[in-house]
Amino acid sequence: MDNKQAFTKGLRHGLPIAMGYFAVAFSLGFMAKKCTLTPIQGFIGSFFTRASAGEYGVYTLVVQDAGYLSVVIMSLITNLRYLLMSTALTQKFSPDTSLIKRILTGCCVTDEIFGISIAFPEHLNPYYTFGAFTISTPLWALGTMSGIIAGSVLPSRAVSALSVALYGMFIAIIIPPSKKDKAVAAAVAASFLLSWLVRSLDVIRQFKISSGTITIVLTIMISAVVALIKPKEPEKGPTAQE
Amino acid sequence: MQHSTWIYIIIMILTTNLIRVIPLVLIRGEIKNRFIRSFLYYVPYVTLAVMTFPAIMEATNSPVSGAVALILGIVAALCGLGLFPVSVICCLIVFILEFFI
Repeated sequence: MDNKQAFTKGLRHGLPIAMGYFAVAFSLGFMAKKCTLTPIQGFIGSFFTRASAGEYGVYTLVVQDAGYLSVVIMSLITNLRYLLMSTALTQKFSPDTSLIKRILTGCCVTDEIFGISIAFPEHLNPYYTFGAFTISTPLWALGTMSGIIAGSVLPSRAVSALSVALYGMFIAIIIPPSKKDKAVAAAVAASFLLSWLVRSLDVIRQFKISSGTITIVLTIMISAVVALIKPKEPEKGPTAQE
Repeated sequence: MQHSTWIYIIIMILTTNLIRVIPLVLIRGEIKNRFIRSFLYYVPYVTLAVMTFPAIMEATNSPVSGAVALILGIVAALCGLGLFPVSVICCLIVFILEFFI
């Protein structure tokens, strides 16, 4: 697959992401409006940040007139999973991928774009990620801006339906490898179960521990345990285990 | 308001993108350690699974439509459908079910 084909494939796979983004960003826009952001601030903030939970957290700080240091801490905590995702991506590039392409790919990382990039067959062609970024980012930014301008114009049933687009994609990413590799299937099942259990704990609700934090802690714990029980042999490639 | 909203936004942009880029600048070669390799192999699936459930049931107006979308989405993915079709199926299920719920 050449770069152009990879880019086109990225655009195509980025389409459901873009749809979901618009819906999610729209609701982020309502919130941003309550936090006194203007439409252009919402557009710029969303275009260059692309982090739902992170933006949400920071916008609540804006309205509280919190210190600038708290913005750094909030961004670090809510987006720490991107550190894990980018670390996983380092192993996905062919060795001759240039540093600048690695950096640009890193800047594209969101939950969804990471998800499809890591599912790219064999080495990741950065143009695939760039394609998905190109179609989805403007919609994320426009969604936020529209949410700030329009308030509740989109019918709630449409928002409800569009907001599962992202999860549908996640499912399409995690299920096929679960079918091939029992260890992945077990990891996915454990993740569903523990995520549900932990998020319904009273303690978590009382202390208002953020969803992003729960995601980080559970990801590290579950991945570490599965890696200890079912390690992957370093000399074999990902396709050689079947 | 004493602080500038634009400065908040600039700090947010810089911090968030730095987190994304740092590992890619620091780690360029292949990681040899078996545990870390295995850990990184599982991270994507675990993190996506953790973010999907139970969130999919909270994203929709009715938890039932979210749950049905999850189950039928899994079935569709098991049948070999790709990202876009699975995604569209999930949206349609929610849209149709919520006429009745």
